[in-house]
Amino acid sequence: MQPTKTAIAGLGITDQGKVYGKSAVGFAVEAIRLALEDAGLETQDLDGVLVNPGLSWGLSGSMGSFAVQQAMGITDLTLSASVSLGGASAGAMIMQAALAIEAGMASTVACVFADAPLKQPQPTSASRKKSSGTASAYAHAGGLEAAYGVFGVNGRYALVAQRHMHEFGTTQDQLGAIAVSERAFAQGNPAAQFCGKPLTMDDYHASRWVTEPFHLLDCCLVSNGGVAVIVTSAERAKDLRRLPVHVRGMAQAHPGGDPLETLSSGAVQAGKAALDMADVGLDDIQFCELYDCYTFTVLVTLEDYGFCKKGEGGAFVESGRIGPGGDLPTNTGGGQLSSFYMWGMTPISEAVIQIRGDGGERQVRKHELGLVSGNGGILSTHSTLIVSTSAS
Amino acid sequence: MMSDKIIPTIPPELEPFFAAAKEGRLEVQRCVSCGTLRFPARSLCATCLSTQSEWTPVSGRGEVYSFFWMHQVYHPAFAAEVPYAVVVVQLEEGPRLTTNILDCAKDELRVGLPVEVTFEERGPDVRLPQFRPRRA
Repeated sequence: MQPTKTAIAGLGITDQGKVYGKSAVGFAVEAIRLALEDAGLETQDLDGVLVNPGLSWGLSGSMGSFAVQQAMGITDLTLSASVSLGGASAGAMIMQAALAIEAGMASTVACVFADAPLKQPQPTSASRKKSSGTASAYAHAGGLEAAYGVFGVNGRYALVAQRHMHEFGTTQDQLGAIAVSERAFAQGNPAAQFCGKPLTMDDYHASRWVTEPFHLLDCCLVSNGGVAVIVTSAERAKDLRRLPVHVRGMAQAHPGGDPLETLSSGAVQAGKAALDMADVGLDDIQFCELYDCYTFTVLVTLEDYGFCKKGEGGAFVESGRIGPGGDLPTNTGGGQLSSFYMWGMTPISEAVIQIRGDGGERQVRKHELGLVSGNGGILSTHSTLIVSTSAS
Repeated sequence: MMSDKIIPTIPPELEPFFAAAKEGRLEVQRCVSCGTLRFPARSLCATCLSTQSEWTPVSGRGEVYSFFWMHQVYHPAFAAEVPYAVVVVQLEEGPRLTTNILDCAKDELRVGLPVEVTFEERGPDVRLPQFRPRRA
């Protein structure tokens, strides 16, 4: 395996969080427009559109890339797809783009995530009648999980975290250390939803339980918005407006089985493969942007890449190494816990910003080589990218 | 004990499971071809891909493999229940079930806690397998 000869040449980030007035497709189009502008390209320069539809796309998500093509009036695409691997999709889109470019199937590919799950609060909502339904009015609901009161993903990750705590003595403070560390980085990111709202360990412990052992602040944000990147050949990227962010290594791993047993993710296999492709070692990695649907996901991912042994992630994150000033700064824009929740595009967008040296107050000192993870399902799908200022 | 909690709509593949529960038995699926026990119900065996299966009684004994306390009200039928525990029970026979634990104090629940099956009335026709601490 050799490093790819492709690069990220443009980045577009729309307003994030409680921003309204656009559909998911609207955010996608806006993000691509911003990414093209960043790269110095025009709409008709695109010959590939890849879309990771968020939850609010509904049926249109199954042909999300066509929806975006029509909305932008792009003609003559030679690559088009919706990618649905949850939080691993963004990395997987970049891989698909890179493969297509190297195969000569496309030259300039927009990869976009967008979602609009938040609805604008209505001024009349306070006076709206409270639900008069009794429990029995809702009593018949589908599925065994509902019968046991198992709803949402939070609990599924909490089960894995609880088991990790049991096997390795991982503590609540160690989960909290991740939330506090990411929030500290968010203070240097004006685009972060939690910029201007610092967090102490006491604040973390005081935040309400959601699915204990997860506090609210163990869980990612919910955001409206879109993020897009433009992938092209490294050769072409040299001649565009911005410093190319080279895709040095890339790999996917979808381990199957039960994460409750393995307590690990596809980062175990994909990390090694992506580092091999990039022809670098783990010690060469200068910063990480790790998928953080939960604090716990960061801890597991660090272990799985081998930054520490399985079971020692708690001590690792408590050491301060991943925070501002640490030797492995991680989730330097605040991550999905403290900046915005654009699935796998949150870590990728921050990696692009850091590699370019655009991080402002939060810019890490060494930023030639970064590692980016994506994770979907319950540690079910995984993507790793190694990005760099240099092609080899 | 009657409950205001959700009365499950029983899909065809779970009819034997609920029929057994009504009679006070916990049953799981067994692959007729390779003998692997499985739950939740599936139409084919993940070990040998056989589509031939039967339902077979299990001891109902096991231990807590993992758990969480649900504090968030996702569904009005559980508003009066929070916080309630969702547990993954490792059965002695192998399969793991996601259920609740009844009659268990918050500080009593831990990974490894020995548990046994019990049955919770959900409406006039449904008994839902649940678990409780196994006491000597």
